Amino acid sequence: MDKKVYRELGLTDPEYQRILNILKREPTPTELAMFSVEWSEHCGYPRSRKWLKLFPQTGKYEALVGEDAGGFVYDGMAIIFKMESHNHPSQVEPKQGAATGVGGIIRDIFTSGARPIALFDSLRFGQLNNSFNKYIFSGVIDGIQSYGNCVGVPTVGGEIYFDDAYAGNCLVNVMCIGIAPKEKIARARAAGLGNPIIYAGAKTGRDGIGGCSVLASSEFEAEECEKRPTVQVGDPFTEKCLIEATLEALETGVVVGLKDMGAAGLTCSSSEMAAAGGVGIDLDLDKVPLREEGMEPWEIMMSESQERMLLCVEAGKEDKVLRIFHKWGLDAAVVGRVIKEEKMIIKSKGKIIAEAPTEGLAKAPIYDMAFRKSKLQTSKSKAIRGKNPNDQLLNLLSDPNIASKRSVYEQYDHMVQTNTIVYPGGDAAVLRVKGKPWGIAATTDCNGRYCQLDPYSGAQIAVAEAARNLVVTGAEPAAVTDCLNFGNPEKPERFYQFKLCVEGIVDACKFFELPVISGNVSFYNESPRGPILPTPTIGMVGIIKDIDKRCSAPYKDKGDLVVLLGHNREENGAPELDLDVENRVQKTCLEAIQSGIVKSAHDLSEGGLAVALAECSIISDRGSVINLSDKLKESDLLFGEAQSRILLTIAPENIFSLSDFAMLYQVPCAIIGKVGGKSLSIMRGKKKLINLPVARLKDIYFNALPNLLKRK
Amino acid sequence: MKFGVIVFPGSNCDQDCFDVVKDVLKQPVEYVWHHDLKLDHLDCLILPGGFSYGDYLRTGAIARFSPVMDSVKKFADRGGRVLGICNGFQILTEAGLLPGALIRNQDLKFICKHVTIRVENNKTPFTNKLTDKQTLRIPIAHGEGNYTCDAATLKDLKKNKQIAFTYYGENPNGSTANIAGIFNKKHNVLGMMPHPERSSESILGSADGLYILKSIINSK
Repeated sequence: MDKKVYRELGLTDPEYQRILNILKREPTPTELAMFSVEWSEHCGYPRSRKWLKLFPQTGKYEALVGEDAGGFVYDGMAIIFKMESHNHPSQVEPKQGAATGVGGIIRDIFTSGARPIALFDSLRFGQLNNSFNKYIFSGVIDGIQSYGNCVGVPTVGGEIYFDDAYAGNCLVNVMCIGIAPKEKIARARAAGLGNPIIYAGAKTGRDGIGGCSVLASSEFEAEECEKRPTVQVGDPFTEKCLIEATLEALETGVVVGLKDMGAAGLTCSSSEMAAAGGVGIDLDLDKVPLREEGMEPWEIMMSESQERMLLCVEAGKEDKVLRIFHKWGLDAAVVGRVIKEEKMIIKSKGKIIAEAPTEGLAKAPIYDMAFRKSKLQTSKSKAIRGKNPNDQLLNLLSDPNIASKRSVYEQYDHMVQTNTIVYPGGDAAVLRVKGKPWGIAATTDCNGRYCQLDPYSGAQIAVAEAARNLVVTGAEPAAVTDCLNFGNPEKPERFYQFKLCVEGIVDACKFFELPVISGNVSFYNESPRGPILPTPTIGMVGIIKDIDKRCSAPYKDKGDLVVLLGHNREENGAPELDLDVENRVQKTCLEAIQSGIVKSAHDLSEGGLAVALAECSIISDRGSVINLSDKLKESDLLFGEAQSRILLTIAPENIFSLSDFAMLYQVPCAIIGKVGGKSLSIMRGKKKLINLPVARLKDIYFNALPNLLKRK
Repeated sequence: MKFGVIVFPGSNCDQDCFDVVKDVLKQPVEYVWHHDLKLDHLDCLILPGGFSYGDYLRTGAIARFSPVMDSVKKFADRGGRVLGICNGFQILTEAGLLPGALIRNQDLKFICKHVTIRVENNKTPFTNKLTDKQTLRIPIAHGEGNYTCDAATLKDLKKNKQIAFTYYGENPNGSTANIAGIFNKKHNVLGMMPHPERSSESILGSADGLYILKSIINSK
């Protein structure tokens, strides 16, 4: 076969040789297409799989590490979640790229039998100082709101960072959480000889062909727009019907297994279901509902049309399932059968057009990638603008990385399903579970700057901060998903970042006893402008055992004491993290909250102590008078990003109880001030460092992002 | 009092309404599929929020042709209580059960947040547990909540005391006369953009929506 043909599909010469060895003959065009998508980095993880095996899979709660999404079990309920990237499609076509990213991850969740209950978006863009970056930003937000709002799953959290390293390659990482009684969790497999395979959902069209092998598995070159046809188009209305129909179909008890058609569409869903069940599948493409006439078999197998599912159903019960999908106005048809021989047989117009062993197809090759330590970035932290601490604080609050994202999350329906208790804008989202005394807290976190400075410690900080975000709500962290966004893995410096970040996550998760229950790798995030910052986004879910003892960040009452847990420290470049210290700070905070003495809690992150204090004032509309005594450089004391620190407020009479917790865990616990007044006032001894009215802080904090977008 | 929550394909607040009626109000409630035609055994119908038929073409424009809508009209003609929330309000205007129309928000963006509304007529089946001019904190979540009607209709609405609620303080979507919800002439049909089912439990930040739902029970 001409090398050009398989190379265009993203296959290498040795990979083509491997196909020849598996088939013992030349592949047909359909087979070649199937192998190319199955073995792409997006589907088969050939370049990363070796490292992903290092992630811990056990924790404090029973972990469910499954075929698609994973989760953990609490009180008989399976909490299923996963995060996935849709970076390249979003850079090429922001609205549909982001929208289908939302749709894809929701399908991963309800395919497991869990009802999707929450969405999070972790986004990275170039700075909003030119119209192109604004177009990407606005398009992505529009895509998320249009899909998420319609489909009826609340978007309750996430994060947005701006850095020019993402200008040529934005990141759109979406996490979805679902919940179901443990015994209702479904499998992504085909089984039972002769059982019918049902196709359900939207019709198959020509959109998204090559999405995973061509678009997601190579770097951007100059003409990104040419790849636009590889981006799929989403239909959230069909997805909403598909959610209800699928969950209804699962209720019948006759579904053996199911898988959504995501990346690599019918190819991936059918062959992976077969491989998982140790069987084969005989598919007849003439039965597949098509959107247009004249589609080639390979196009049908490769199409990434959205909102489609594949189900394996007990023989004789197919009508029961078909009726449910038809009731919801969806296409549904029997398209194949389970066969004993472990291979995929694809037929079209009465002829066999592909016949390949499922194992060979589903098991992508594993590569040992070269890595090389890159030159460390200059570790000088960015200078803070402003003549005096007042100006510096205001400048930080208006920095789009710190300023309120309210103008974004108010465009997302974050309340539908009536479970959201802590709205976006807090440290972590908090959801109740109807009928249960406990609740769920969840967050996403990653600081790409830290990971650029020190990939190992930066990744650990992402894990630690995600955990801290949960702990301040009163939740015990339970499990982790990740979305590992990096540059071209074929470049040893990039792969080195990937390897170190994975090791950082592995070590931190082991330390905190957190299983990594699902995840996603996105490589090739680079453009002619260069690579993105290494961005291993962490999604974490925790349990609030008593939902009535939850905690939130706003100050509650005048006269309450403001207490700082943890140490203020000098800083030299990348923040350092001591896992043991972090753990003790978190334990102190969590146990104090669980004892009922904590009125508010807020994690310290970007912008340090002064920004955290300002945020507490802004969201509660209450001032505070703070007096610090640490002998640090002023800018480090106010704005340093030393890790493992939490702000609490308590009623004065509870200080001794709090000190007991802190002493038990040997955590520094200092009363630094009091809630009250209409200003934020920070002194050191007799010296006034900051004195600003809360109204001023609010104005800057809430209007910075809208103003930036308005600026021409 | 027996409630029915109508489920159109794409409704997404149907389960929330169902849960509130069943678990908070402790009233009998059932789902009504949009193909069902028999509504005689019910006392109150809720048309829930969401994106019926994806809100393609225009919000509520396709749902009004659903088979159930003829029965809803007859149900309303007989004096049954009909509450349309958000997308349900949009469907009721499209179906002609309520006058006027809901167009895109003034700033063209979807808005989800708590707002304050004021009671403009407390002598109806939906507001009898409220005092006149009482304010309620209640969430909105819509892209097309900008109520509009011609001058003659507005005059009629005022004359017949058909304005149920107005936005108080800030008007989030640019609606005519700050309208957040309206009744039909007989006051047995209410359409409103804010979501009472999202503000019926204090754990959700406000329980003000309960006044409206309890008024319905009280009206029997």
